[in-house]
Amino acid sequence: MKVRIHVSLKPGVLDPQGRAVHHALEGLGFAGVEDVRVGRLIELTVADDTADDALDAMCRQLLANQVIENYRIEKLAETERAG
Amino acid sequence: MAFRAAVVTFPGSNCDRDMAVALEQVSGTAPIRVWHGDAALPERLDLIALPGGFSYGDYLRCGAMAAQSPVMRAVAAAAGRGVPVLGVCNGFQVLTEAGLLPGALLRNAGLAFVCRTVPLTVENNQSLFTAGYQAGEAIRLPVAHHDGNYFADAATLERLEGEGRVAFRYGEDVNGSQGRIAGVLNDAGTVLGMMPHPERAIEPAHGGSDGRALFAGAIGALVGA
Repeated sequence: MKVRIHVSLKPGVLDPQGRAVHHALEGLGFAGVEDVRVGRLIELTVADDTADDALDAMCRQLLANQVIENYRIEKLAETERAG
Repeated sequence: MAFRAAVVTFPGSNCDRDMAVALEQVSGTAPIRVWHGDAALPERLDLIALPGGFSYGDYLRCGAMAAQSPVMRAVAAAAGRGVPVLGVCNGFQVLTEAGLLPGALLRNAGLAFVCRTVPLTVENNQSLFTAGYQAGEAIRLPVAHHDGNYFADAATLERLEGEGRVAFRYGEDVNGSQGRIAGVLNDAGTVLGMMPHPERAIEPAHGGSDGRALFAGAIGALVGA
């Protein structure tokens, strides 16, 4: 099973990278960009019977730092198995 | 009694030797060198030092991988028993990632790597690590970091300030840190994390020796005068 972990900075946490990217987009002439936040996407391939609790624990213990980051777990289609 | 310290080396540490030299110069005894994969620390340690550098290439987040290394379980256990722990720069990042100190260190607000000597004030000279300074003393120490922008939520900041757990504060805006916090203590005052490098300011040839009092104060208190 493929799982995507979306890690993003919590609202209110300063994101200097996002601010720099925002300025760069404006420099390229893109109007109307109101805010940019840079996050991280982690793709896991795990056994199909991996428990949701285990995925959550991976995020809490390592993949995200909950002092500054939120995470969202997105489970993609289960691995296709040959008949 | 001889001073017994350990300096931990992670893959990517680059200030471990400086830390060991500083501890030896001030205490007269060379510290024991410990590798990140060591699951146990030497017994009867007076101090554990986590050095600066880029442990595990700063993968995932600065200090995140090192915080999960075997030696850090032993460091956390020792800290829990009251063994003093000093984390400098990357060592500070490791301590926050390991949950031994509150808050986190974000990318510098100005995005640039900051490498210069900065003014600091000693906010609390009542701790083991700051006893060698005067309260409010103005000192200068080198910093060299990309992710030194201290962040904690409002309640945590209020607690740190109220409990006198801000050990050092920058005298100017260096990296965007909240409250210009440069170093914080745990609730017992036995764990200190700081971004500036006291081990790089031990003797006049370093361009300054304001870091020496940190080691001298702590070592004097630990070995018992």
